[in-house]
Amino acid sequence: MAFDLIAFYVFAAITVLGALAVVGQRNPVYSVVAIVGSFCGLSGLYVLLEAPFVAVVQIIIYAGAILVLFLFTVMLLNATREDGAEWDRSHPYYRPGPTRIGGVLAVVLFGQLLWAISRIADTGGIGEQQPAASSVRLLGRVLFTDYMFAFEVTSILIIAAMVGAVVLAGRKGN
Amino acid sequence: MLDFFFSLFRPPYNWWVAYAAIVGVIFMALQISAAVMVYFERKVSAWMQQRYGPTLVGPSGTLQPIADVVKLIFKEELRPKQADALLFSLAPIISVATCLIAFAPVPFGGSTTFFGWLDEPVALQIANLDVGVLVVFAVASVGVYGIVLAGWASNSKYALLGGLRSSAQMISYELAYGMALATVVLLAGSMSFREIVDAQAGYFGYLVLPSINIPDVIPRWNVFAMFPFGLIAFLLFFTAGVAETNRAPFDFPEAEQELVAGYHTEYSSMRFAMFFMAEYINMVTVSAVAVNLFLGGWHFPLVPEGYGWIMFLVKLAALLFFYLWLRWTLPRVRYDQLMTLGWKILLPIATLNLLAVAAGVIAFGL
Repeated sequence: MAFDLIAFYVFAAITVLGALAVVGQRNPVYSVVAIVGSFCGLSGLYVLLEAPFVAVVQIIIYAGAILVLFLFTVMLLNATREDGAEWDRSHPYYRPGPTRIGGVLAVVLFGQLLWAISRIADTGGIGEQQPAASSVRLLGRVLFTDYMFAFEVTSILIIAAMVGAVVLAGRKGN
Repeated sequence: MLDFFFSLFRPPYNWWVAYAAIVGVIFMALQISAAVMVYFERKVSAWMQQRYGPTLVGPSGTLQPIADVVKLIFKEELRPKQADALLFSLAPIISVATCLIAFAPVPFGGSTTFFGWLDEPVALQIANLDVGVLVVFAVASVGVYGIVLAGWASNSKYALLGGLRSSAQMISYELAYGMALATVVLLAGSMSFREIVDAQAGYFGYLVLPSINIPDVIPRWNVFAMFPFGLIAFLLFFTAGVAETNRAPFDFPEAEQELVAGYHTEYSSMRFAMFFMAEYINMVTVSAVAVNLFLGGWHFPLVPEGYGWIMFLVKLAALLFFYLWLRWTLPRVRYDQLMTLGWKILLPIATLNLLAVAAGVIAFGL
């Protein structure tokens, strides 16, 4: 149990520090690397919750596929460091009004997060959940029976997005 | 020293000391395997080109890898002035770390006492995970970052192009690779390496389908399962594996004629050696995974399980030799041919193959 607790704090620290590094510094390539680290920490947390399948899928899909494409894009566009002095202060998003709305939104989201955490706290600690999510067989069965509709709708959504991207990329001219 | 090592495996032992010893032994064995592979690469290439290869350092040049490593250690570490210092150092570390971690769930033998040296049989595996197959896949997919970041951080056009090509290639071939893995998972009904290998013990008592009975001659390996679908899956897996490890004929990230040395153009000394080691260890890992998934792991007709690790090493050596054979036989394909092969040929075949195997599993419960 002590080992679990130490591991939890280590993974949680990696996740949170990685997430902070994503937004806290201005080199986009560093941001992608930091978010990969953050996802690896998150994957460790899933392992502690006895859901190794979710943990591995997290790495394969997010760290292994999606973020590689992010990195690809950042490198191809040659996105440079965002320097404070180069910001376009006249852009509407940087006027005081939107900034204040963003501040309010951040406070609301933080409040929601606190509320959610306060509700989760009494369902049990780490390692006390049912290890049901670890069974790939069970997960597959549930996905293709109880959640069949949601699964198929998600597939159609992703296919639509893919076709849209191909059509946009294949358009000649302009 | 040896007495101390083996005493760790005797009954009043501290399990984590024994565990650390196993991890350490595998860690060292992987690095030594890279050195052995370098020697064999030189010798095999020489043999195929009717040369002698290394002969001067040690008997038949066997100490050549040690000379290579010593040379690399004493070389100067160069870093381009415009390079990104942090990512430039981080990239080789990611490459080596991921290729070493990827071996963790891969078993390389059944329980053995090594001819009675040990009092209790040890399982030749670091971690027997329920999702072991996926862990190898996941860690390998993170390994792309080492190459991509090396390409970007070097701040050199050759390195950047090499890194981009590599990431495109690895993402493309991961699909066929994953489909071939899924075929085996369907056949074995498990994602744990140990269970997949144990499902391959014994013989098929039939040919193609259960209707034609034959004597026990065909080992129950996945490569022979549901002929020819198991074989197709194996060929897909190995082709995608060669592309994943960036070996010839798919060695675009380091195509010398076009990109100098690709993503490691700007690297020298031990940082270069780390990329080099990662490439060879990845070959060993892909071959070991292929042996476990398709070639029956440590099972071999008439060989008891205690000696199975020898058979495993034999099969591993055969696949590694095949890697070298490919490199010195086939010319590098063109980049568009590579992408066509991955997306338009391998992926559809892999998908149809997976469907066929799924239908077979449902129809015959094989």
